[in-house]
Amino acid sequence: MKGEMKKLKLTVNGKPYELEVKPETLLVDVLRQELKLTGAKVGCLDSACGACTVNIDGKAVRSCSVLALQANGREVITIEGVADGDKLHPIQQAMIDHGAIECGFCTPGMVMSAKALLGENPNPTREEVKEAIQGNLCADEGYVKYIEAIEIAAKEMRGGQ
Amino acid sequence: MIAAFEYFAPKTVEEALSLLSKYKEEAKMIAGGQSMLVVMKQRLLTPEYLIDVKGLTALDYIKYDEKQGLRIGALTIHRAIEKSPVIQKHFGVLSEMEGNLATIQTRNWGTIGGNLCHSDPAGDPAAVFIALKAKFKLASSGKERIVEADEFSTDYLEADLKPNEMLIEIQVPNPPPHSGTAYEKLMVMKGDMGVVGAAVSITLSGKDSVCQDARIALSNCSSVPLRAKKAEKVLIGKTINDSLLTEAGEIASTEAAPTSDVHGSAEYRREMVKVFVKRVAQLALERAKAA
Repeated sequence: MKGEMKKLKLTVNGKPYELEVKPETLLVDVLRQELKLTGAKVGCLDSACGACTVNIDGKAVRSCSVLALQANGREVITIEGVADGDKLHPIQQAMIDHGAIECGFCTPGMVMSAKALLGENPNPTREEVKEAIQGNLCADEGYVKYIEAIEIAAKEMRGGQ
Repeated sequence: MIAAFEYFAPKTVEEALSLLSKYKEEAKMIAGGQSMLVVMKQRLLTPEYLIDVKGLTALDYIKYDEKQGLRIGALTIHRAIEKSPVIQKHFGVLSEMEGNLATIQTRNWGTIGGNLCHSDPAGDPAAVFIALKAKFKLASSGKERIVEADEFSTDYLEADLKPNEMLIEIQVPNPPPHSGTAYEKLMVMKGDMGVVGAAVSITLSGKDSVCQDARIALSNCSSVPLRAKKAEKVLIGKTINDSLLTEAGEIASTEAAPTSDVHGSAEYRREMVKVFVKRVAQLALERAKAA
């Protein structure tokens, strides 16, 4: 029946959840409203800005452009699940150290795009780094420092090689 | 924001087709939803029933056979096509086209079948599949039929899909020897929807490099991905040179029926059709010679 709540089972940042959602709910709304994980930002809600980027099964996806029920049975990682306790992920640390973060609104999405990239390609070319964050708009135009920070993090994650 | 609907996530193609035949016009199928959720958020589309086929892994495949050619399951994501070694080797134009289709996030979730069924004349895959003489396999409960790529789109956001049918497979034949295909679009930023785009396929005779066959398809130049048949005739049977390519571009421009929008006027689009048909045909020709 229309308006009927549906069961949603998914893993977010390693933790299993069983929820009930309206079918028209977007994934970003479940993350932000239900799970109170507000790291994924709502910028455009129109698949343009990339601020809501999360990883689904290891791939960068826009959580504003996926129905929550489409993530059923899948593994979602948000910016809140990237650090190891108090120890920041090398991508986060490199962005801070390198001064890549300006206002910070696009940063969670940038980190999630970079994380998906380095997960499948530990030694990307500059072109591949640019392509990975092509769908993440930065209103401060701080792209160069983001690109450099991702390269620094990649090197760090390869053990300095 | 999105209007309420009843949701189904069928586990098999048969189950999906049976839901379609039950609810027909009141139902819509969603795959990756990268185009569809946009129009649902705008409430241009308010289905009563939503049949979510994103999880149907049976239709997520890329198969290649030297005789049969390429078979792509309708629910294969764009990124898989872009990165497929077999596609890069035998149908490089498809991988190139995917590399400029929106962004990685979209390509990681959006499917090739969803893109084609959305039937946006600005979509990139349709034009390339027309140039490659692809066929689309459609299924309804207990039935299948084949539609030519250049006859699938019927109008703006309308396709030759009956209410009980779904696209299940894209079939791309192996091109004859001495063939080359290319696709480019006019982008302000990489990944933009093209202001205009052109896909050209050229087949040369082995001996004298005469053009035996040509296919030209334009994106975002009409209410459908448009096959420029008159421009094709300019090339077929001739030895292609620069002035012939210019002429093909000019004829294609007269076949185009673009509209004006914020990205470009109709007049500008017509000019760009000339430029892109010539440029892309040149590239297809070079590839045919090298093949």
